Amino acid sequence: MLNFILKRILSLIPVLFVVSVVVFLLVHITPGDPASVMLGPEASPQEVAKLQEELGLNRPILEQYVTWVGDIFKGDLGTSLFMKQPVLTAFLEHLGPTFSLAIMAQLFAIVLAIPLGVLSAKFRGSLLDQTFMGVSLVGISVPSFLLGLFLILLFGVELRWLPVAGYKPVAAGLDVHIRYLILPAIALGSMQAALIARMTRSSMLDVLSANFIKTARAKGVKEFIITIKHSLRNAFIPILTIIGQTFGTLVAGAAVVETVFNIPGIGQLIINSVERRDFEVIQGVVLLIAVSYVTINLVIDLLYGIVDPRLRVGKR
Amino acid sequence: MTDTLLEIEHLKVHFDTEEKKVTAVDDVSFSVKKGQIVGVVGESGCGKSVTAESILRLLDEKHTKYEGEIRLEGQNLLAKSAKEMREIRGNDIAMIFQDPMSSLNPVYTVGDQIMEALLLHQNVSKEQARAKAIDMLKLTGIPAPEKRVDEFPHQLSGGMRQRVMIAMALSCQPALLIADEPTTALDVTTQSQILDLIKDLKEQFNMGTIMITHDLGVVAEVCEKVVVMYLGQVIEESDVLSIFDQPLHPYTQGLLKSIPTIEGNREEKLYVIEGKVPTLNQIPAGCRFAPRCEFQTEECRTSIPKLESYGERKVRCWHFEEIQGKREATMYG
Repeated sequence: MLNFILKRILSLIPVLFVVSVVVFLLVHITPGDPASVMLGPEASPQEVAKLQEELGLNRPILEQYVTWVGDIFKGDLGTSLFMKQPVLTAFLEHLGPTFSLAIMAQLFAIVLAIPLGVLSAKFRGSLLDQTFMGVSLVGISVPSFLLGLFLILLFGVELRWLPVAGYKPVAAGLDVHIRYLILPAIALGSMQAALIARMTRSSMLDVLSANFIKTARAKGVKEFIITIKHSLRNAFIPILTIIGQTFGTLVAGAAVVETVFNIPGIGQLIINSVERRDFEVIQGVVLLIAVSYVTINLVIDLLYGIVDPRLRVGKR
Repeated sequence: MTDTLLEIEHLKVHFDTEEKKVTAVDDVSFSVKKGQIVGVVGESGCGKSVTAESILRLLDEKHTKYEGEIRLEGQNLLAKSAKEMREIRGNDIAMIFQDPMSSLNPVYTVGDQIMEALLLHQNVSKEQARAKAIDMLKLTGIPAPEKRVDEFPHQLSGGMRQRVMIAMALSCQPALLIADEPTTALDVTTQSQILDLIKDLKEQFNMGTIMITHDLGVVAEVCEKVVVMYLGQVIEESDVLSIFDQPLHPYTQGLLKSIPTIEGNREEKLYVIEGKVPTLNQIPAGCRFAPRCEFQTEECRTSIPKLESYGERKVRCWHFEEIQGKREATMYG
């Protein structure tokens, strides 16, 4: 097991290397001189030259990369020009809201989608199935910002059940914290939910026609137990995979949803930094998101073994 | 006849799907006694598996209609509720399937899967069920059952998995075992081991057994009685010796002639029954075998023969006596 994790972590190195190179090159791919772009059109040539010096932009590109990566290993992701604080600090400050939002969205998606997918598969072709799958198609098609605006209009403005926008940390009370996140979580999670529901349905359909289901029925097992115990667990691998893979979309979607609901999360941090051309922050944050993405997928891979003994590592 | 365990009487099974309506089993009758192994033989699509699954009512009942009766110790299974059937499945009647590779659930240990039936049907604790599972594995000849009980199906070979299936099926000591091609997916050596095992266990438990197969070799090895099916109907029923000695129906004769023998002339082509099995949508009007039969007459093509008694045996053919005469004439003449 430990061996497997070590191997997986080693195999992450090339992935992260590629990511770091791309992120690093961001600055240099952008048209024009980064320093003048960052300072805007009104900056004097002296100021630009000073910033170039500060950022080391006048040194050879390879040297810049090595210095940048070297600093990262020391825990230094650079400093934001505009916020005047280290990138890591800024990242951690904005992590909380995004983390809460992502967890709530994912929970909403899983709790809603898996039962719907299972029911659809069980009653394949029925009105129920067609309704669920129709709704899920809508879920995939409607952009999260649009859904977010609709939710605000309906539950925030018309019905006044939930806050229109904003964010309250857990410190303000867990119930308040959750109340503020319900609408954004639904807006963000509905596409996840649709994808998971569809995957659950097709995966369940495969399993329900398997021979061992007939064996279970021939033993006299109840249909409900067959569905949950014998089928769902077997159908879970593709579901887990899609949960892991769509985590990336979740983070990307968070940027949009955080803007709509005015939540001070990572998404907002990135968008603001892009607007200000705060390259240090963009580079650092994108790299950290990439790291968390691969970490999540590592965890998913480890979960495979728990769900399916055939994929268990370290054993025959 | 108090030792009759299962009686199937005039069973008809209709499938009603959106595109078509077909009768997969048409007027099948036969019985199984306690401690008897009955072979049900026929080509793919002849309705043998549908008959077997009807006994346990495993077919998708939304699209299935039954007629006739299936009686287990006098009780009509076709009249039972879903709940009553669940209590019978795995307890009074157990079934093993063709492909042991895919018939066990890959995510649970074999022990868990054997225990499941025990915990469902018998009033036992988990520990007792586990002990019984180990006993059953031992009984089916699995080495180191204490270790195997905690293994997953993918850790076992095909033969072992079929032994696990048998252990699972027999754990509640059913009165009737239905084996649907239990050896088809196995290699020849394993095949005969599994057949021996089923024979042994049948003796031990005095259990009635239905052995569904397309392999007459399997029939010769284990069965006492044979039911030959063709296109949803029983066309011949006989004890095992007579059917190999003196097959009555031209189809059975054809089946026996098409088995290669070691003594036979290898240069000679193997006997083939001409034509193809028609689909269930194009069932012939008269005798179902008529279009492929070398003895067919006008009568065969237009009117349906009944399953008639011939001593202890039964046959569904208009001309079996004449054919029998001709056959003897060519054999001894």
